[in-house]
Amino acid sequence: MKEDRTMSKFKLLTDGLVKNNPTFVLLLGMCPTLATTTSAINGLSMGLATLFVLVLSNMAISLIAPVVPDKVHIPVYIVVIATFVTLLQFLMQAYTPAMYETLGLFIPLIVVNCIVLGRAEAFANKHGVGESALDGIGVGLGFTCSLTVLGLVREILGSGSAFGWSFTGGADGMLAFVMAPGAFLCLGYLMVLFNKFLKKNS
Amino acid sequence: MAAKSNLTNMVLVLGLVCLACSAVLGGAYVITKAPIEAAAAAKTQAAVAQVLPHFETLEYNADNHYYTAKDGEAVVGYAIESTVVGFGGPLSLMVGVTVDGVVYNTSVLSHSETPGLGAKCSTDAKFMDQWRGFDPAVKKLSVKKDGGDVDAITASTITSRAYTLAVENALKVFDGLEQDVVVPEEEPLTDEGGQDNE
Repeated sequence: MKEDRTMSKFKLLTDGLVKNNPTFVLLLGMCPTLATTTSAINGLSMGLATLFVLVLSNMAISLIAPVVPDKVHIPVYIVVIATFVTLLQFLMQAYTPAMYETLGLFIPLIVVNCIVLGRAEAFANKHGVGESALDGIGVGLGFTCSLTVLGLVREILGSGSAFGWSFTGGADGMLAFVMAPGAFLCLGYLMVLFNKFLKKNS
Repeated sequence: MAAKSNLTNMVLVLGLVCLACSAVLGGAYVITKAPIEAAAAAKTQAAVAQVLPHFETLEYNADNHYYTAKDGEAVVGYAIESTVVGFGGPLSLMVGVTVDGVVYNTSVLSHSETPGLGAKCSTDAKFMDQWRGFDPAVKKLSVKKDGGDVDAITASTITSRAYTLAVENALKVFDGLEQDVVVPEEEPLTDEGGQDNE
């Protein structure tokens, strides 16, 4: 029984990473995914910002869910999520101003990221604090990894560098990959690869 | 899971949740206020330090958006904020002008130019370096295509023109300072594609 529980906890973490990967499988949160992944660093930071909000809002919502009347649960959840996003905004502005400058526009949009409200609705309001936190970490890491990979591929093809480290000696990359069309193309091909890999392993 | 809804508990829960959230945010605002201001000040300081020689104190003039940099009592130069319309949106520069009216250096505060093309205005060394010590009395302040002395970024003439206009506007502000006249800092950039604008 005890082993069963640890197994399921481990499964909570990995589900978000692979089986329920928000980007490549559920296709949620496409706006930040396409817009912020112009480089690996940007993708990584956007992913971590979402992870922060996701874990905290999952925990808070799992705590208050039993007393929230059904008819007003969406507004209550949105207020809770918006609070954490604003908190994150203050913190980034104060301690990582450079990062805030790059991602600033997209941070408030985390409020309407379907992943966050989606996990609150589908998981956190039916489970305990610990499990909700784990679920938040799993899904958040899944989102972070996907965004980092997508950002890395676009940065390598588009700017000829990886994590800001240039390996082409100043030569230009394929510009299209830094712009919107490249985002769609990369996302499409990565999705194909990811799902092919999933099928082979199941 | 969720409790059954009635008017009392709906109002009560929503009210309490909003109250708790605003309390948290109010607290966070108070705590982060000082660091946020410090970060903004550090950013300005760094931006000015990039475009002017060594200085000790800064004074901001909010009407004309410029900083007066002083070393002791002597004025080292002026760092003038200048915003024009670029190719993809507003292009904001910090232009450092020394007291003799020569551009000391320029830096980009913010831009929304096309990555890899116009965005080079903040990374391209060749383009950036030509502004170092640019003397408007000697060189003509417009891009070579328009008969001036400014080397444009390849394939980004509109951005280069905007950049040049921003420097020109900053110099106008500087001229206004010398004569103690208030000069409008921003001029709309009309007919971006035309060859004979200016």
